[in-house]
Amino acid sequence: MKALVQELRPALLATLLLTVLLCGVYPLVVWGIAQTVFPSQANGSLITNATGTVIGSELIGQPFTDARYFHPRPSAAGNGYDGASSGGTNLGPLSQKLIDQVTQRVADYRALNGIPSNVAIPADAVTASASGLDPHISLANARLQAPRVAQARNISTDRVLRFIEGATDGRSLEFLANQG
Amino acid sequence: MIGWIQLALFVGVLALLTKPVGLYLYRVLTPEARVGLEPVFGGLERMFYRVIKVDPKREQDWKVYAFSMLAFSLVGMLLTYLILRLQHLLPLNPQGFGPLSHHLAFNTAASFTTNTNWQSYGGESTMSYFSQMVGLTLHNFTSAAVGIAIAAALVRGISRASAKTIGNFWVDLIRVSLYVLLPISLVFAVFLVSQGMIQNFKPYETVQIVQDSSLDSTLASTQVIAQGPMASQVAIKMLGTNGGGFVNANAAHPYENPNPLSNFFQILSIFLIPAGLTYYLGRMVKSQGHGWAVWIAMAVMFVGGTLVAWNAESTGNPRLTVLGVEAADGNMEGKETRFGIFNSALFMTITTDASCGAVNSMHDSMTPLGGFVPLFNMEVGEVIFGGVGAGLYGMLLYVILAIFIAGLMVGRTPEYLGKKIGATEVKLAAIGILVPVISILGFTAWGVVSTWGTATLNNIGPHGLSEVLYAFSSATGNNGSAFAGLGTNVPWYNTLMAIAMLGGRFMVIVPVLAIAGQLASKKLVAEGAGSFPVSGVTFTVLLIGTVLIIGALTFLPVLALGPVLEHFLMIHSTQLF
Repeated sequence: MKALVQELRPALLATLLLTVLLCGVYPLVVWGIAQTVFPSQANGSLITNATGTVIGSELIGQPFTDARYFHPRPSAAGNGYDGASSGGTNLGPLSQKLIDQVTQRVADYRALNGIPSNVAIPADAVTASASGLDPHISLANARLQAPRVAQARNISTDRVLRFIEGATDGRSLEFLANQG
Repeated sequence: MIGWIQLALFVGVLALLTKPVGLYLYRVLTPEARVGLEPVFGGLERMFYRVIKVDPKREQDWKVYAFSMLAFSLVGMLLTYLILRLQHLLPLNPQGFGPLSHHLAFNTAASFTTNTNWQSYGGESTMSYFSQMVGLTLHNFTSAAVGIAIAAALVRGISRASAKTIGNFWVDLIRVSLYVLLPISLVFAVFLVSQGMIQNFKPYETVQIVQDSSLDSTLASTQVIAQGPMASQVAIKMLGTNGGGFVNANAAHPYENPNPLSNFFQILSIFLIPAGLTYYLGRMVKSQGHGWAVWIAMAVMFVGGTLVAWNAESTGNPRLTVLGVEAADGNMEGKETRFGIFNSALFMTITTDASCGAVNSMHDSMTPLGGFVPLFNMEVGEVIFGGVGAGLYGMLLYVILAIFIAGLMVGRTPEYLGKKIGATEVKLAAIGILVPVISILGFTAWGVVSTWGTATLNNIGPHGLSEVLYAFSSATGNNGSAFAGLGTNVPWYNTLMAIAMLGGRFMVIVPVLAIAGQLASKKLVAEGAGSFPVSGVTFTVLLIGTVLIIGALTFLPVLALGPVLEHFLMIHSTQLF
């Protein structure tokens, strides 16, 4: 025990010094560089509209329910797309609640987009993401929604499909890029 | 196909980085050697020694080394406990979060001190920027440095003969922090910001959502988006295999892991130091073949686990397929579109091979066999590359056991690199392996038959058992990932899991240091025809066999009642829970 007590002094001093360096100097240096070199990213990749109002972040998904917009994935973040309460459903594969939720979403998705029962629904359209803030939807999901969006906006489906190709981000679609 | 290419790329890059990282670690962990960064940090290093009054040339025996480590961990844990309890009085708290409850503060302080980073809380709804940046980030650095120090002490013990000392804890701690963790984190953090990660101190951003609020009155018209000094913490969270998320969704959150490129570097940074340490081992014991044999054993188990998880997740959930969901998309519940099935399965395997515990998907929503992989990885002790330092010293316990078993099979006194392995070393190694087993199975058994254990389950049936088993496996193994549906922010879970974390850390480290001291003091015996080779295929196979057999024999019964049962129910019944 005495040996342990003897070590407490260097332990205290080492903790103090390391705290100043690693929890003070280091994050502030990163902050300084980030704010100078990558200010947009460091501050949340925020998007501002023509009147100067911040209308979202490039990286964070938002809830869209109107027919004119592509609909994002189901979200378990707060009441849906709560940017201050990220998270998934954490429902297991045999959860009654999960099956009920997906059954309902499949029915809603078919009705809204006029998808016949012989066409399978893309998994991302009816399952909740991990963060609840997923800004992407799959290409298949976007294409199935395209005719509905076209109709609601009174434009041709081809134009919407071409727009989707242009907004494709690697293997997935940049959801927020679809703002009208 | 793209998955195979990414897997090959990952393993290839890791293999290429192993030697340079290992050589660098060798220089840092050999105080006489020149690192190259002395012009920047040398003065700081000497100043540290002066202030804490440590003679860097004076080495410690294993007991003093252990006392230094314990005293340092104790001080850090108390400091974090105080910060969390007094959060409301401290600066950088723009959201005005209150203090943490005593049991949550105890759990969190133990969690970060032990490199676990289990989180019974959601970061963006609980922690002030000060708590994150000081209370938690301090341990992200120091618990990683401690792990590396312990591994180095053990390797020194193995490589020395007739010696009393195994290094100086303070020198290891400071050199690892200054020359390894700090510079790499600095570069990594800036890179992460360039990819979209935030680093600021402003209050949470309230934005006007795009869809006009008159179109759907059930939606809120604004979205509050969490902010904070994230990148500086996330860099060391990954590099130090800590895993504690800045925000609740951890590396699944678009800020905390913005795109596939940031994802690739995050998983690479988990394995970077653990892989380098195998090279350090080879270098120190002057048998690079031994280092690579350990590396290959780890890589084989890593790839194996990845393939099982990947296959299970791509196959998906047949219960959703019958509802009309596209089967070819795999199991997307709890996964992010930008990562998809493969990168989610890969991340999950890596984060539990190592004792990282960051997640880019929700493990609770994995298919049964997908969830089996992280459970098994944690239960064998996270020795597949493993936590920084912890992976190597954990694996070396298995090496001692493997050599002991091989010795028994051929009827000779086991020898490891010219030293006879006696009863003491085998007993100590057995303690290091058995204490976690008792903790995981004991606490899980207690939990599932108690009201406190089952009251906060998110899933019932076999998946409920898996949730409790996962929690205690993760805590004991100092992993920190979760079947996160289980609500653990209650006094029982917080307290017992803190005990599991402390036991799983220090009840392994102390025997490891004792082994280091034992081995250092031994005399070298000449290598003879009967010496067991510790490099080459035979050794690698024996090592993998030892890990898998001990893991399987110990945990298959409980895994059979959890994920295995759930798997068969999923494909052969219509039962739901």
